[in-house]
Amino acid sequence: MSKTTLTRRGVLSRGAVAGAGLAVPTIFTGSSVAGFTNEPTGGAVTLGFNVPQTGPYADEGADELRAFELAVEHLNGGGDGGMMSTFSSNALEGTGILGKKVEYVTGDTQTKSDAARASARSMIEKDGAVMISGGSSSGVAVAVQALCQEAGVIFMAGLTHSNDTTGKDKKANGFRHFFNSYMSGAALAPILGANYGNDRKAYHLTADYNWGYTTEEAVRTSTEAIGWETVAAVKTPLTQTDFSSYIAPVLQSGADVLVLNHYGGNMVNSLTNAVQFGLRDKIVNGKQFEIVVPLYSRLMAKGAGANVKGIFGSTNWHWSLTDAGSQAFVKSFGTKYGFPPSQAAHTCYVQTLLYADAVARAGSFNPCAVAEALEGFEFDGMGNGPTLYRAEDHQCFKDVLVVKGKENPTSEFDLLEIVEVTPAAQVTYDASIFGGDLGSCNPGA
Amino acid sequence: MFGLNPKDARLLIIVAIMVVAAPVLLNPFPEGSNLAQFNAGYPDLMQRFVIFGIFAIGFNILFGLTGYLSFGHAAFLGIGSYAAIWMMKLLTMNIIPGIIVSVIVAGVFSLAVGWISLRRSGIYFSILTLAFAQMCYSLAYSVLTPITGGETGLQPKVNDPRILDAATNDGVVPKTNLFGLEMTSSTEIVMGGWVFTLNAGYYVAALVMLISFYISIRIFRSPFGVMLRAVKSNQQRMNYTGLNPKPYTLAAFVISGMYAGLAGGLMVAMDTQAGADRMFWTASGEVVLMTILGGVGTLIGPVLGAGAIKYMENILSKINKDILHQWFALLPDGLEDVIVALIYPFVGKGWHLTLGLLFMLVVIFLPGGLVEGGQRIAALFKRKRKPEDARSGKSTEPAE
Amino acid sequence: MEAIILQVLNGLDKGSAYALIALGLTLIFGTLGVVNFAHGALFMIGAFCAVTLSRILTLSHTIIDETRTDFLGNPLKVDVPYVYGWFGESAGAAIIDWAVPLSILFAIPVMITLGVVMERGLIKHFYKRPHADQILVTFGLAIVLQEVIKYFYGANPIPTPAPDAFRGSFDFGAMLGFDPNIIIYPYWRIIYFVFAAIIIGGVFAFLQFTTFGMVVRAGMADRETVQLLGINIDRRFTLMFGLAAAVAGLAGVMYTPINSPNYHMGMDFLVLSFVVVVVGGMGSLPGAVLAGFVLGILESFASMREVLEVLPGINQIIIYLVAIIILLTRPRGLMGRKGVMED
Repeated sequence: MSKTTLTRRGVLSRGAVAGAGLAVPTIFTGSSVAGFTNEPTGGAVTLGFNVPQTGPYADEGADELRAFELAVEHLNGGGDGGMMSTFSSNALEGTGILGKKVEYVTGDTQTKSDAARASARSMIEKDGAVMISGGSSSGVAVAVQALCQEAGVIFMAGLTHSNDTTGKDKKANGFRHFFNSYMSGAALAPILGANYGNDRKAYHLTADYNWGYTTEEAVRTSTEAIGWETVAAVKTPLTQTDFSSYIAPVLQSGADVLVLNHYGGNMVNSLTNAVQFGLRDKIVNGKQFEIVVPLYSRLMAKGAGANVKGIFGSTNWHWSLTDAGSQAFVKSFGTKYGFPPSQAAHTCYVQTLLYADAVARAGSFNPCAVAEALEGFEFDGMGNGPTLYRAEDHQCFKDVLVVKGKENPTSEFDLLEIVEVTPAAQVTYDASIFGGDLGSCNPGA
Repeated sequence: MFGLNPKDARLLIIVAIMVVAAPVLLNPFPEGSNLAQFNAGYPDLMQRFVIFGIFAIGFNILFGLTGYLSFGHAAFLGIGSYAAIWMMKLLTMNIIPGIIVSVIVAGVFSLAVGWISLRRSGIYFSILTLAFAQMCYSLAYSVLTPITGGETGLQPKVNDPRILDAATNDGVVPKTNLFGLEMTSSTEIVMGGWVFTLNAGYYVAALVMLISFYISIRIFRSPFGVMLRAVKSNQQRMNYTGLNPKPYTLAAFVISGMYAGLAGGLMVAMDTQAGADRMFWTASGEVVLMTILGGVGTLIGPVLGAGAIKYMENILSKINKDILHQWFALLPDGLEDVIVALIYPFVGKGWHLTLGLLFMLVVIFLPGGLVEGGQRIAALFKRKRKPEDARSGKSTEPAE
Repeated sequence: MEAIILQVLNGLDKGSAYALIALGLTLIFGTLGVVNFAHGALFMIGAFCAVTLSRILTLSHTIIDETRTDFLGNPLKVDVPYVYGWFGESAGAAIIDWAVPLSILFAIPVMITLGVVMERGLIKHFYKRPHADQILVTFGLAIVLQEVIKYFYGANPIPTPAPDAFRGSFDFGAMLGFDPNIIIYPYWRIIYFVFAAIIIGGVFAFLQFTTFGMVVRAGMADRETVQLLGINIDRRFTLMFGLAAAVAGLAGVMYTPINSPNYHMGMDFLVLSFVVVVVGGMGSLPGAVLAGFVLGILESFASMREVLEVLPGINQIIIYLVAIIILLTRPRGLMGRKGVMED
C-alpha cells in the first residue's frame, strides 16, 4: 500500500514485474524517489491523445489522430521518419523516448469541456498517461490544460487559437505550438492593406464567445492601425446556423469589407451565406466589396466549397509549403493515408515530436524537467521556419501564413494558396499583455 | 431500520455495500490484461457514477413521482457548479461552503423557474423548462462571460483571493479538500495482478449519494410521496378532494432542483471546472435518458441508468482500432480483420451509435428500463429453481 | 425602413424552414399522436438525398494526367464523371449543376418509403405508450440515423451549391424605388420561400379538398368512429407519416444550397421546431405555419445591430423568451384546438 495523489497504474500495467512479489517494492521505491505522476518504469511510456471523435469537429479530430499515430510510428523507428530527419534537434533516434517504446491511448473530447476532462482524467488515472495532447477548440484546451496542471502531467495543446490559452489562462504544465488570434491579426493587416487599400470600412461579425472576442479585438486593432475604420461589430450566437439576418444589413451600413470572426461550422455557414448574398459582386464606396476570414481551416473550408475563392485569411501551416520539414511530413502522411495533412494534424504531429525531444534532452519524463527543456527552446525544420518556445508564456513564435482561397483548385485538397509567409518577428508581442500567471510547474505525486 | 420498512432497508444496505466495494467490483480484470480496458474502477469515473446518480435520483423525484417531464434540469446542475466554483475562488478550497451554497442557489433558481413553469403541464411544461435552460446556457456562454468564463469556463487560479485559506506563494493552486483531506488523494491496494484505487473524493461523493438515496426513499414512502403520485395519476380527482396539487409539485420541483445543484457542486469539488456545456439541452436530455433507461419511478433505476450511460461514454469511446486488433490478435489475419471491421463502427468514435441502439432496444423490449430487465432475469431464475426444488424435494411423493 | 423590410424578408425566409419542419411534426402529432424526436433526422436525411444524388451524378472514372502532378509529385489522377461520357461534357456539366433541384424527384420516393417503413416498423408499436417512451425511442432512432450518415459522409459539412442560374441576389430595393444594393436578397432564398409556400399550400389543399384528406381529418378528430365506419384509417395514417417525412425531406433538400449539410443539422433544428410547434399549438397545422413565420421574423429583428446595442444577447434567447410569454398567456398556443394536449 502506498499513498499518492495520483495513481501509478501505468507503471504496474507495464510490469513484467507486476506479478512477482519480490519486485514490487523496487517499483515503489523507484518512483517515490523521482516522485512524479505516472512515471514510466517498464519498457514503454504511454501518451494520451484526446481529440473530438464525435460532434461537429469529428473529422478534424480524426485527422489529428492520424498525425498522432504517425508521430508514434516515427518515434518508435517505423516509417520513413518524417520530420525527425529535418528537425534541428538530434536527440531523437527512433528508439522510442529514452529507449522506451511509445504507446498511446485515445479518447473523445466531444468538443465539450466536461467530456474532455473526463477523458483526460481517465487517461491519467487509469492508463497512466504521462502527457496529454490534442483538442480542437480553446474551451477544451483551457479546461484540459488546467486539469493537467493539477494532475502533474504535461499538456501539449492541439488546435486552439484563442489568446487565452497562453494568455490569461496559461499554465506552467501547458504548451502551445499553434498560433493565436493576435498573430492572425498582426499577419493579416499588412496584406489586407496592400491588397485592399488603407481606407476601408470594416463590418465585423463575431462569434459570441471568448475566441470570437479575442479574434475580433486582434483584427480590429491591427487593421485600425493601418487606417481602416470599423463600422460595426455584431455578435452572433454560437448555435446560429443561418446568418442571413446578420449579413443582410451589411451593405446598408456603408461598409466595404466584411470580417467573419467565425470558426468551424459557423465559418462555413456565414461565408456561404455572405457569398450567397452576392456581397463580393458589389461595388461600395467605389471599391470592390471584400470578405475576410481571420482563421482558415482547410478541412472546414472544404464545406464552403467554391465560396472561399479569393478570400484572405491566416493559417498555422499548409501542406503546399516547400521547406524540407513540411515536405517530409506531407510525404510520409500522404503515403500512409492518401491525402495531405491538415494544419490540425501538423500541429499535433509537431507537438508530439517536440515533447519527445524535450524528454530526450532533459533525460527524464518529469514534467518539470520537460518544461524546463521546452522553455526558451529554439528549433527549426518543423515547417514554420525558426521557432521559439517562449519561456514566459509557453507559446511558440514562428512564421504565420497568410492564405487566399484558390481560384482554380486542381484537387479537393488544393483550396488555399499561400500569399505570404509573415516572419515571426512581425507577430511577436510582449508576454505580459494578456495577463494571467503561469504558476509553477507541478510534477504531481 | 432508519425508519424504513425491511425491504427498503435491505435495498439501502445492498446499495451501500455496492458503493463501498465499487473500487473492487468495478475492477474485475487484472491490470495489463486485454480486458483491463473494461475496468471502470478509477476515481474519475466512479465519482461521475455517484454524482450523476445523485442528479438522476433527484430528477426521478420529480419525473418518476409526479410525471412532470422537465427538459431543463441541467441548468440547475450548471448553476450549482458556478456557485460552488465561485465559493472556491472567493472563500476556501474546502468543499463544504461550495456544496452548501450550490444547493441553496440551485434551490432558489428552481423555485423561480418552477413557479412559472408549473402553471402548465404536459409537453408545455417540458418546453417551458427547456426554454429556461437554453436561455441560461446561451447567456452563460456569451454575454455573461465575465461571471461564467464563457467558452473557457471557470477554474481556480493561483491568484484567486480565497480569503479563508492560508496564503500560498509557491505558485500552485491548492487542491479541493474536506478539512485538509484532499479529494484527489488515493490509496492503492495491489493484490496479485489487480490494483484497486480507494479515492477520498469518491468516498465523500459516495457518502453524499447514500444520504441522497436515503432521503429519496423516505420521500417515496412518505405521505408527501403519495401526494406526488396522486398528482401523476389524477390531478382532477385531487382537486375535487379539496387538495391543491400545485404546492406539492412545486416542492418536488425544488427538491429535484436542489439535488441537481448538489450534483453540480460535488462535480466541481471533485473536478474543479465549471462550464456552460453542462447546461446545454442535450445534458438535460441525458438525465431524462438515464432515468428512463434505468427505470422511471423505481428507487434504484436512475442510479443504474446514470452508471450505464457514463460507462459507455467513458469506456466504449476509448476503444480504438489498435486495441481491437490486440484483442483479436490470436485469430487468423483475415478473420481478425473481418471481426475488427464489424465491431469498430460501434466503439471508439462510433459509441454514439451504440448508445442510440441501446435506447431503442431498451424502450422497445424493456419499457420499465434496466430494473425491469433485472426483475425479468430474477423471475427467470425463480421459475427455473422452482421445478428443480419440486423434483429434488418432492420426488418421494407419489405422482398423481 | 430598409432595414425593417430586409429583416421581414429574412424572417419569412427563416420562417419558411421552421414552418416546413413544424408542419411535418404537427402532421405526425395530429394524426398519430406521436411526439417524433426523429423528425430533425428526417430533415437531415432529405438534405443528404441531395448530397447522395450529386455524388451519384459525379460518379467518375479516373484518368491519369501526365502533364500535372499531385501533392506527392506523382502524376495527377483526374476524375471524369461518367455523365460527361454519356451526355457530352456540356450537357453532363449542366446535369451536375442542377443536382439539387433534381434531388427533389429523388427525395420524394426515398423519404416516403423511409417514413412508411419507420411507421410500420417502429412507431406503430408506440401509439399506446407514454409520450416519454415515444421521445426516447425516436431520440434513439435520431442518433442512430445521424451516426449512420456520419459513418458514410463524415462529420464535415458538404458543399452542395445551387445551380449557377440562381447564384447572386435580386435587388428588391431598386424595384421599390430605393437606392440600388440596399435591399438585396439571394435568388435561392426567394425560391426557398416560394417552394415552402407551395408545399404548405399543397398539404393544406390535399387535406382540405381530397377525399383522402377528408378521411384523415375525420380520423384526427375521432379515430374510433371512422374505424367503425369500416375505413382502414391505419393505412391512411401510415401514408400521412410518409407524407410528413417527405415534407421534412424536401425542406432538407432545398436547404442544402443555403447551408452546407452536415450530419447533425437535424439536431440543430429539432429543439427549435418543437418550440415552434408548441407555440403554434400542438396539433394545429395553421398554428405551426403561423408560429414558424412569427418566430422567424422575431429572430431576425432580434439580430439587428440597433436592437443588440440596447439589449445585448437578446438574439441568443429571443425564441425561448417568446415561447415562454406565449405559453403563459395563451394556454393553447397561438391556434391550438380546444382539448388537444391542453392542460
